[in-house]
Amino acid sequence: MKQARPLTITGGQIVTPGGLVTGAVRCVGGEIAAVGAGVAAEGGDEVIEARGKLIAPGLVDLGVFAIDKPAFHFGGITRAALMPDQSPPLDYPSRINFIAKSGKPDLWVHPLAAATRALEGRELAEIALMKDAGARGIATGRRWIADSGVMLRLLQYAAMLDLVVVSHAEDAALVGEAAATAGEIATRFGLPAAPAEAEALAIARDLALAQLAGARLHIRQVTTARGFEMVREAKARGASVTCGITPAHFMLSDLATADFRTFMRLSPPLRAESDRQAALAAIADGVVDVIASGHDPKGPEDKRLPFADAAPGIAGAETLLAMVLGLVRDGVIDCPRAFDLMARNPAQVLGVDAGELAPGLEADIAIIDPDAPWIIDRRKMAATADNTPFDRQGTQGRVTALFKGGVAI
Amino acid sequence: MSSARASTKGLGAMNGHSTHAAEGRFPAGRLAFPHRDLTGIGQLARHEILYLLAEAEQWVELNRQRSKHCDLLSGLTIINAFFENSTRTLLSFEIAGKRLGADVVNMQAATSSVKKGETLIDTAITLNAMRADAIVIRHGSSGATRLIADMVDCPVLNAGDGSHEHPTQGLLDALALRHKLAELGHTAEDFTGLKVVICGDILHSRVARSNILCLTALGAEVRVCAPPALMPAGIEAMGVHVFHDFDAALAGAEVVMMLRLQQERMAGQFIPSAREYRHLYGLTAKRLSRASEDAIIMHPGPMNRGVEIDSEVADLAGRSIITAQVEMGVAIRMACLDVLTRPARGVEGWAA
Repeated sequence: MKQARPLTITGGQIVTPGGLVTGAVRCVGGEIAAVGAGVAAEGGDEVIEARGKLIAPGLVDLGVFAIDKPAFHFGGITRAALMPDQSPPLDYPSRINFIAKSGKPDLWVHPLAAATRALEGRELAEIALMKDAGARGIATGRRWIADSGVMLRLLQYAAMLDLVVVSHAEDAALVGEAAATAGEIATRFGLPAAPAEAEALAIARDLALAQLAGARLHIRQVTTARGFEMVREAKARGASVTCGITPAHFMLSDLATADFRTFMRLSPPLRAESDRQAALAAIADGVVDVIASGHDPKGPEDKRLPFADAAPGIAGAETLLAMVLGLVRDGVIDCPRAFDLMARNPAQVLGVDAGELAPGLEADIAIIDPDAPWIIDRRKMAATADNTPFDRQGTQGRVTALFKGGVAI
Repeated sequence: MSSARASTKGLGAMNGHSTHAAEGRFPAGRLAFPHRDLTGIGQLARHEILYLLAEAEQWVELNRQRSKHCDLLSGLTIINAFFENSTRTLLSFEIAGKRLGADVVNMQAATSSVKKGETLIDTAITLNAMRADAIVIRHGSSGATRLIADMVDCPVLNAGDGSHEHPTQGLLDALALRHKLAELGHTAEDFTGLKVVICGDILHSRVARSNILCLTALGAEVRVCAPPALMPAGIEAMGVHVFHDFDAALAGAEVVMMLRLQQERMAGQFIPSAREYRHLYGLTAKRLSRASEDAIIMHPGPMNRGVEIDSEVADLAGRSIITAQVEMGVAIRMACLDVLTRPARGVEGWAA
């Protein structure tokens, strides 16, 4: 639906990259027309009073596994980049074309093209045609491309097309069928485990190949101390690399998997507490560019199984915002940086005109009460499945209104 | 402690232990063992382990009589649901149930033919609907027993889940070891200071995990020995000493527990060959001489003779207690079935 009438959101704390600004945001024709302290509603505008709450860009969720509108809207997500791991996989232009239009008008879905046919890691898919069909990036899927020759050719191709390559960083041969990180917990519970170094190995190779190819690399999830160190060094060298994480990896360690709780089964698996601390440090010092939900709803048929047999993944769209605002409350990051991580940076990685409240950009806006308390309850979730690792946890921060292209959702 | 030590001079004294003889030694009624299920040694306190061992003594005695039957569990149905192939453990549980007078039903469903997932849950619900009074489960995935236990209304016994635990094996090994030590003149009811070596595929072994937990809870000094690829990361945190050199691990050891090389669990190539494994980790008579003079030899079975253990060592009279382990297995399982069904049988002081 096109915005029919200009909209002005007044009296809020506007989240801008430079800091919080008290003022108003005016939207006309689906775009942001003016932002700031001096902005006021004009005659005929629809006026919404923010009552001192945050006026923030709608979240851009980079790397979800399912389109789950109720959950996205609950969580303030107005754009989601869909992983190609669908059934059938997004390795064909017509599927990309269909998916790219599927969420409109109230959610924009940016499909990520499968790097290889059927995500098997062997033959390149028709990436240029998929780009024209609406793909905003290329993803290797849930798995790593084990063949270094294929990965190099992929990165070269992506560089030519100026598309980002979103990679999964776990050395496949080392990981095998592992469901946990090698360490005391996996040992006590007899879980198949792989060393945390599987991540560093994958990052080292992909960084080298990306540099060789001159490609943009986005490592979807970095979760280990060594992994952050390598990304930090690569960035210092000026490499074109960005990296992300999901809240589970900075909120939880492998201790949470005790007693075989399959809602804690993730890919990559939860790490040691020292890695969790390294993740918080990397978020604080700017090594981490993106925090995404990794939204992957799974029902009981996938989760009510023995730990190693259960499918990995969490339904994270509803809790993303609250978990990141938790980092703000804990003093790890400030409020503008929180929205850089959840909106501005992922929009930049995808190359979309959004993720920030600035004139000329899409009017994707969330009004957020950062202090509103609520209890995460899996029986009351908006998502299509209830697999949250944060069940019954008290938290703060909720979206009170959401606008896509200047239209209230 | 001191009174218990005095009362356990030998087998004779131990055999007197029954529910009544144990009175005063352990908390009264259900407080002695307040668990509905037996899913792992990890859930048990030291005194609960000792209680099960003490309870098993009466069944050791019974099993040595001509008539090996009592009607304690008469009318109860016990289902042995084995999702993984097993001969010995299944037989042991079946005999245990039958000697206690229960109706025992075996269900063998090899994992390959069952689509994991719904089937496991559905099977649990089905067994529950058939009003089993106890369910014994073996499954190839760690944690499967706990998952089923959460969905049924009767006690669940873990007969081995993946690489997690095999609690009755840990208990029967402790019982067999205690009998042997008593025979050798030791009077303690636990294993304080005893040097035990567990050698073999620690990574995949549920027997190793249950034994480590049981032996350390009873005070033993446990050494684990395996090639690096078969040694799980962070095992030191379970309170054991890690060795890769079997000869070094054996120095001064009083008990040597060999594990079976589980070739079916070796997804990749963990060791180059059985011959090479024997070269480094096989318990030969020569190697055994590095252990303490009258070191006790144990093996949970089935053995790969000539691989992890030589026949002459396995059959060494007076030293090997491998057959005694099998005998104690039945007694321990009888004790577990008895104790866990007490709330359902309405035994006084055992109401749930």
